[in-house]
Amino acid sequence: MHFYTYDGSFEGLLTVVFEAYERKEWPTQIGKEGEAPPGIFATHHFVPTQEDKAKRVWKGLGKKLSRAAWENVYKAYLWEQPGFEMLIFQFVRLVFSSPKEGIEENFAETYVQKMAVVGKQMHREKHRMEAFIRFQRTQDGLFVAPISPDFNVLPLVVEHFEKRYADQTWLIYDVRRQYGAYYDLEQVSIVSLEETPLDLRKGQLSPDILTSVEPMYQQLWQAYFDHVNIPERKNKKLHLRHMPKRYWKYLTEKKPRTQAHQPIQNKQVPTGRPRLTS
Amino acid sequence: MHTPILEKLSILADSAKYDVSCSSSGGKRKNEGKGLGNAEGMGICHSYTEDGRCVSLLKILLTNFCIFDCAYCVSRKSNDVKRAAFTVQEVVDLTINFYRRNYIEGLFLSSGIFKNADYTMERLVRVAKKLRLEHKFNGYIHLKTIPGASEELVKEAGLYADRLSVNIELPTEESLKALAPEKNFKEVLTPMGHIKDQLVLVKEEKKLFKSTPSFAPAGQSTQLIVGATAESDRQILTLADGLYQNYQLKRVYYSGYVPVVTDSRLPLISTPPIIRENRLYQADWLVRLYGFGVNELLDEQNPQLDLQIDPKLAWALRNRHVFPLEINTADYEMILRVPGVGIKSAKKIVAARRFSHLTWEHLRQIGVVLKRAKYFITCGGRSLETREWDEQAIRRRIIFGEKGGRASLWGSQLDLFQQAS
Repeated sequence: MHFYTYDGSFEGLLTVVFEAYERKEWPTQIGKEGEAPPGIFATHHFVPTQEDKAKRVWKGLGKKLSRAAWENVYKAYLWEQPGFEMLIFQFVRLVFSSPKEGIEENFAETYVQKMAVVGKQMHREKHRMEAFIRFQRTQDGLFVAPISPDFNVLPLVVEHFEKRYADQTWLIYDVRRQYGAYYDLEQVSIVSLEETPLDLRKGQLSPDILTSVEPMYQQLWQAYFDHVNIPERKNKKLHLRHMPKRYWKYLTEKKPRTQAHQPIQNKQVPTGRPRLTS
Repeated sequence: MHTPILEKLSILADSAKYDVSCSSSGGKRKNEGKGLGNAEGMGICHSYTEDGRCVSLLKILLTNFCIFDCAYCVSRKSNDVKRAAFTVQEVVDLTINFYRRNYIEGLFLSSGIFKNADYTMERLVRVAKKLRLEHKFNGYIHLKTIPGASEELVKEAGLYADRLSVNIELPTEESLKALAPEKNFKEVLTPMGHIKDQLVLVKEEKKLFKSTPSFAPAGQSTQLIVGATAESDRQILTLADGLYQNYQLKRVYYSGYVPVVTDSRLPLISTPPIIRENRLYQADWLVRLYGFGVNELLDEQNPQLDLQIDPKLAWALRNRHVFPLEINTADYEMILRVPGVGIKSAKKIVAARRFSHLTWEHLRQIGVVLKRAKYFITCGGRSLETREWDEQAIRRRIIFGEKGGRASLWGSQLDLFQQAS
């Protein structure tokens, strides 16, 4: 039994793969530095990150995989769910042991299928963030959006927002993982606040730092959202499936209303019974 | 101080919501030179209303003043409703400010017809032009083409919009005559034809000169109202198929009729025909993406889609001589026709079987819905079912589940109650 630990970085994990191959000692578990070993009989190896070794593994994978499947290995790292290190290791081992190219399309292989499932989950969460992020404009013109995605997808969405909002400064802050991406009209940098302010965690920035028209646009958006609903077609189940409740906290249109927006009374709806004319 | 704009937005969003299109995909507008917005890749639904519909665009009318009196429309001239009109600048400001906060992918602008078609169209174009040229806006713009608008204006609209659409609304000329006396098929189809010609022309020119300005890169679409008039699903889908082929439409949208005005020419219904609408969309997908012909799904004897089961299952049950298919050898085109197998699963099956013989477990992992598919396929020559089920039995088992006869009887009785009430 071999228990490998690393510093938690992606390069560190790839170094573990390299070391395991060099020693021909396959891990039974991989964990972050400081994690408890799986049992008293496990041999513990701490592997310090070595960039050149990580690079060799990464390049080797790139040669054997399609671009999408290659990137998916990184996505599995950002997935962060229990056992992700071993999943990556098993998949990498399968790739290196397969003589044929295109092993990532063999969905009859358990690890290929599992990686595909992880890839799908990551893609969905990334897409959700691209949809559900809501910016609030502060007095100094910065557009701020707090998020707390299920998986660590912030690195995956940065490019999308960089292309889209090239002419405004913005900050997307993951309050759960306590780091953010800040764009200053030139480039994106990773930032970390010493302490995440409460209003950022709650999803509503305090009015005194917001620009004066911000509340108005938030209200206009809420009004728009309420008025495009067609009450006759109400389908709460579908609504919840598309927009699970855990995302509501940061959605401007799902926040409490300062003013209720009733449907415009512009219909003369038939009652279903013939009307008597007097 | 902003009550007027809030009220305008309320009125003009409320009256635009019956247009169901909300797609924001297919745009190819890149953000170059640090402008605002990007509409490359796929569309994004930024929110969902309580009726479960996607909110992707700021969908509003420029005004709900209208000189027409179409029976099904909330903004018809004779309807006594609050009227409002945005200025060009107001629409531009709303779009930009919503877009910057990541509320929307862009703008879907339509309008009631005031004065005349060209006057209205000219204003719609002005909004799009201002967004593109003055604000360097690269988000998505969908403009409604007003029936009867001049060819020049439609051409200009296509320079700034990603998508153009002309709504047919009613599937036959007779219905149009009865319910929308000021409209006729010709006036609707003419601009559609212009748009198509222009799309073809620009595509050809682009091959020669890369600098040719784009024309509505996300193509054109239309909408048909379902359930306001007596047309059959077969008539509706045949029309849609003709539009896809002859006018190169990207999408035909089906809008279940929501009763909004009382009119003796309209049916009295209490709820919109949501299931029928859904079946039409399913059939539309089968025709566009799965290689089915309309005549395979519907014919003279069966002019309506089955409301209880989806059109693919209905087709498979009527064509049992085609099945079962052996999943390890069947053609991709045929695998696509198996109920419970979507495009993604079909592709995965074809990819994976190059490596190994597929088993039932593999199919399950790939994402095939075996509950449906198992009656129509074999895996390694074997079926998952030990006995032969006839068409009625398969239908019953798929709708009501596979538990004993009592449960399914119960189900069908409940269903009858629902139909009666």
